Amino acid sequence: MNGSLAFEQALLKEGVYIKTGPYVSCLKSPITSLAESLLSLYHESQISLKEEFVDFHVSIEYPGILRHYFRPQILFKFDGFSPFKPLPAAQVYPFFEWGLNWCIATNSNSHLILHAAVVEKNNCAIIFPAAPGSGKSTLCAGLVARGWRLLSDEMAMIDLKSQALTAIVRPISLKNESIDVIKKFAPNFYFGSIVHDTNKGTVSHVKVPSAQKDMNKSANPAWMVFPKYKKNAKTSLKETSKAQAFLRAAENSFNYNVLAEAGFNALGDVIDVCECYDFCYSDLDEAIKTFDELAAEKKN
Amino acid sequence: MKNCLLISLLRDITLVKRLSLNEWDLLIRQARSTGLTARLYYFIKKNELVEFIPAIVLKHFISEWMYFTKLYQSVGWELSELKVALEKKGLPVLLMKGTAYVALELEASKGRIFSDIDLLFPHDSIDLAESALMNAGWMGTHHNEYDRNYYRQWMHEIPPLRHVQRQSVLDVHHNILPPTAKIKVNAEKLLENIIEVNGENIFCLSPEDLVLHSVTHLFHEGDFVHGLRDISDLDLLLKEFSVQKTFWTKLTERVTELNLGRPLYYGLRYSSFFLKTSIPDSVICSVNRFAPNALMLRVMDFVFLRALMPDHPSCDVRWTGLARWLLYIRSHWLRMPMYLLVPHLLRKSWMGFVGGTAKD
Repeated sequence: MNGSLAFEQALLKEGVYIKTGPYVSCLKSPITSLAESLLSLYHESQISLKEEFVDFHVSIEYPGILRHYFRPQILFKFDGFSPFKPLPAAQVYPFFEWGLNWCIATNSNSHLILHAAVVEKNNCAIIFPAAPGSGKSTLCAGLVARGWRLLSDEMAMIDLKSQALTAIVRPISLKNESIDVIKKFAPNFYFGSIVHDTNKGTVSHVKVPSAQKDMNKSANPAWMVFPKYKKNAKTSLKETSKAQAFLRAAENSFNYNVLAEAGFNALGDVIDVCECYDFCYSDLDEAIKTFDELAAEKKN
Repeated sequence: MKNCLLISLLRDITLVKRLSLNEWDLLIRQARSTGLTARLYYFIKKNELVEFIPAIVLKHFISEWMYFTKLYQSVGWELSELKVALEKKGLPVLLMKGTAYVALELEASKGRIFSDIDLLFPHDSIDLAESALMNAGWMGTHHNEYDRNYYRQWMHEIPPLRHVQRQSVLDVHHNILPPTAKIKVNAEKLLENIIEVNGENIFCLSPEDLVLHSVTHLFHEGDFVHGLRDISDLDLLLKEFSVQKTFWTKLTERVTELNLGRPLYYGLRYSSFFLKTSIPDSVICSVNRFAPNALMLRVMDFVFLRALMPDHPSCDVRWTGLARWLLYIRSHWLRMPMYLLVPHLLRKSWMGFVGGTAKD
């Protein structure tokens, strides 16, 4: 109780620190409900009240006195600069997560970044590059519920030389129907509050299970899988050509264009070491069985 | 003036040897706010000091450097495309500002992030140039009639052109200041003095004119987010050009010909104030005659010493906001006489109010 009060006070004044993989963010906000969300969705080891070097100084503020009281709105700021239009105050927690995604995506040209979920077993990682709505987060949450280690549900951060994947562990973001699907599938997962009517529909965040050790350990890519959730579809895993996989991964990259030759080479190297598949599913249990089998093959 | 870590580093890059993590944190924030991260990294690399950057800080420098490298590379490609497009109509590629620094491989181009390519044409070739560029895929960006006419009638450039595929933006000028500005510049004189970039049929303003354009731009500007970056450009240009023995003489002669004394006076004053740029005494003496009266100078010091600091809360002092606002007003006032400015601002705010949908 005392701890959470101190945390709330820090959020208001000097800021609280959230450590996710290689990044430390400092968040200040007058909206104290954020304190509770952060404390319940992040692990104790990811939160602190003092850090010397901060990668992203962010704040969530009321845009002005009017929108503080009348249909309250909030604004995300990256060191005083607002990259987005204000949103309704009810969306405060997802707004923080999206804002942080933006900070990472626009400041990480030291790595190749794909819009993808990444999970690992036996030091072999699956990269799931996909457009929104393809069922990537659902699949990712399902795998994590059955013992795969989460590296990220949003970004594959690829080292330009070694192709190692950096872990940026943050709460998994689920949308619309997948919230109920995962609630049933993993009843002991902790869900943050459910927020309706956002740009992406209804969203909720899931705390990464505490069984997950090695929060910050990197992993080597072994598979690149393009997932597609299709109602009533039979589970199917089909090998796809490396050339196709390359182009589709590049399409799902935040900074492939910026990195030019270095990006081309890094992505080529990742594709070289990965088996590449198209994956279609509707049944989560079957989906997980498929990937467990892949992992078992690799081990033998 | 408030102590600013970024400015100390721009003056003496060897200070990176002694920074605490807290100071690195502040340095990255200040550099980011004014677009100087990649340039700072260039200075650090050039002085072989990279080993002093802690690993957790280095990723930010590398990230910005990758971004810069990509821009730098694409400028080369855009230039070759521009050359092809303009040669067909017998027009030269004549560069100003950032793109000229790149073409001339100047120090000021290293780590400099910019978004537009600035071109200069003789006034009577502007229409020809525009159609040549449109044929090559650069299309107009302003689609309402008022804006288009405003540019053509009152500005020293046509509305920016954007390439339909590559998204590169061209600013197509026929002068460096609007015809309505208080200071009149004879653009023909700029054209008489251009230099060719090693036989490639690409031209740039001469070194003196690049400096004069840089100060003119800065001291007619209304937005000072990158003010310190521009002062750093000026500092680097002066350092690099002053190696040529005749540079300072040429500059002091040229400034009278182009009627740009006042901007040069401010440029030298604030560059030496912020970055300790070394300027020969004889030049300072000669340029002093362009100074405003003592009262005006105090006012200008008040605003510029605040507005040219990085636009970051850690650098704000009392009245920083006011200073930036005054300079914004001043920039409009310098560009247009009141009888044109007031109707323009009223019209623009009305268009903003009704959603900018004035009939096209």
